[in-house]
Amino acid sequence: WVPVVGLEVHAQISSNSKLFSGSQVQFAAPPNSLVSFFDASLPGTLPVLNRRCVEAAVMTGLALNCSINKKSLFDRKHYFYADLPAGYQITQQRVPIAVNGTLSYSLYKDNKMSQMVTKTVRIKQIQLEQDSGKSLHDDTRSQTLVDLNRAGVGLMEVVMEPDMCCGEEAAAAVRELQLILQTLGSSQAVMAEGQLRVDANVSVHHRGEPYGVRTEVKNINSIRFLAKAVDYEIERQIEELENGGTILNETRAFDSKLGCTVPMRDKEGKQDYRFMPEPNLPPLILYDAKSLPANINHQQVVNIDWIHERLPDLPSVRRAKLVELYGILPEHSFTLVNEDGLTEFFENVVNQTQMKPKKVIGWILKDLLSYLKQHSLTVKESPVSSVLLADLLNLLEKKEISSTAAKQVLAELWKGEGKSPLEIVKEKKLELMQDQKELEQICQEVIDGQENEVMAIKAGNLKVLNKLIGLVQRKTQGRSNPVVVKQLLEKKLS
Amino acid sequence: QEVTVEVLEHLEHLALVDFRDAEGVERLRKAIRFADLLQEVNTEGVEPMDSVLEDRCLYLREDDVTEGNCTKELLKNAREKVEEYFVAPPGNIPLLKLEEQETFLQGS
Repeated sequence: WVPVVGLEVHAQISSNSKLFSGSQVQFAAPPNSLVSFFDASLPGTLPVLNRRCVEAAVMTGLALNCSINKKSLFDRKHYFYADLPAGYQITQQRVPIAVNGTLSYSLYKDNKMSQMVTKTVRIKQIQLEQDSGKSLHDDTRSQTLVDLNRAGVGLMEVVMEPDMCCGEEAAAAVRELQLILQTLGSSQAVMAEGQLRVDANVSVHHRGEPYGVRTEVKNINSIRFLAKAVDYEIERQIEELENGGTILNETRAFDSKLGCTVPMRDKEGKQDYRFMPEPNLPPLILYDAKSLPANINHQQVVNIDWIHERLPDLPSVRRAKLVELYGILPEHSFTLVNEDGLTEFFENVVNQTQMKPKKVIGWILKDLLSYLKQHSLTVKESPVSSVLLADLLNLLEKKEISSTAAKQVLAELWKGEGKSPLEIVKEKKLELMQDQKELEQICQEVIDGQENEVMAIKAGNLKVLNKLIGLVQRKTQGRSNPVVVKQLLEKKLS
Repeated sequence: QEVTVEVLEHLEHLALVDFRDAEGVERLRKAIRFADLLQEVNTEGVEPMDSVLEDRCLYLREDDVTEGNCTKELLKNAREKVEEYFVAPPGNIPLLKLEEQETFLQGS
């Protein structure tokens, strides 16, 4: 069975005001307070396009390698629903603002977390359209409460071709898109606040045969649930077909509690949207350096080349730069860019310590990040600042403490009691022994006390040496450098 | 081309228009025949015009907040409201099929 997955992503444009009106865009506000007469669809109102929204769509199109249509058109998509007061949504169905792009994303190969593989998904188009209001269903009183604050907010719909084959790919693609949008600033793309919504189109077929019937899965609230929903739906369809059943071309909702998809009741049959051109809006014309007319009001001009020159470094470029500058692995750069604030933290530590970046990255990714994940904290909420970590790593680099001791100090720092690494080292007496003679004496004591192990080592079993090193560490209460201890023991036993 | 019962039902459902009686349906048929006159014009090689504004510049507005904050005024139009929310029925109420409508009207 070959699964086929396509995605439709709606990203709310990060702007002060709405797509066609001057009411404010804000997440939480008293109901119906951010609504103008146009948003409420009162007769006699007209749409006026927000330039910032056009620029956001052009930026996104360029970042996704699309062709920007210098002339694009607006259309009306008709359907009835309480949160769509006009009875139609203004969208771009015939000629959208951007077409034919690509999105590259990376996955861990075979669940190994060690090797990454890069894939691409084609972007069919990006269109500007209005968001609808919000419906709150009150089943007890058999009514729906409608808040139009969200009605008319600008959306970029990114339509991806069905180039993906499973939940993991879909999740990785959306995550990369999210990072790109956040880097551009065209959308804050926070799924939890409804700024990024994903619908998945799923079907299965046998290789060589035509594509199967597809279902649309909605109500996916996080990237994790996206992967689950897609994989569940693929399994469901395969099971249904293997049992001799058929797949209905329907819309299904993902139930996160049960981890399955269920048919959505309100969408009966195929919708006829009766698309028609939006008569109140002339075509949207964009310019570039060549086509820019001489005598034109600059406020009325969106210049594609001007926007292109000012695009920030996209995540893929940032990763490549990190790998080149610091000599870290591509997998490392992925984690750095993926965690909000982690790159900055890492670079701050590197700038404040003599330790090589290749060693620092281990402390960042293995120690710091795992602590943060265990306690569900973001980098910004870390009780250990980059300054403290850098101080600690400097002690380690100067060989004043062992790496085991460093881990102990980090555990103390994590408590956030305001002590410096040096204070903790002194308090817990973790400094490395500087007296070579004393260390040699302890090594000799251990050798004298472990006859059997010594014989095994002299017979060629070198792994037993680690046990002796461990015993020395214990005797010195972790205040010995294992590398030095090994050398001393080897010298004594040769 | 006939305007069949299925087409009528479909149109009424999509547009929430009530053609009601034979006179209404005849008016629809006449309107379609009138619009069909357009087919007699040779439009080969001519781009369709969908707005007389096609030569106009689409005005671009600055991204400033200039409207909103008129909850009271907007809710004046609402027949029912709950704490500054508009109230609507729980979902789209499906229209009765044409035959059901006739029996309904006959009964009343």
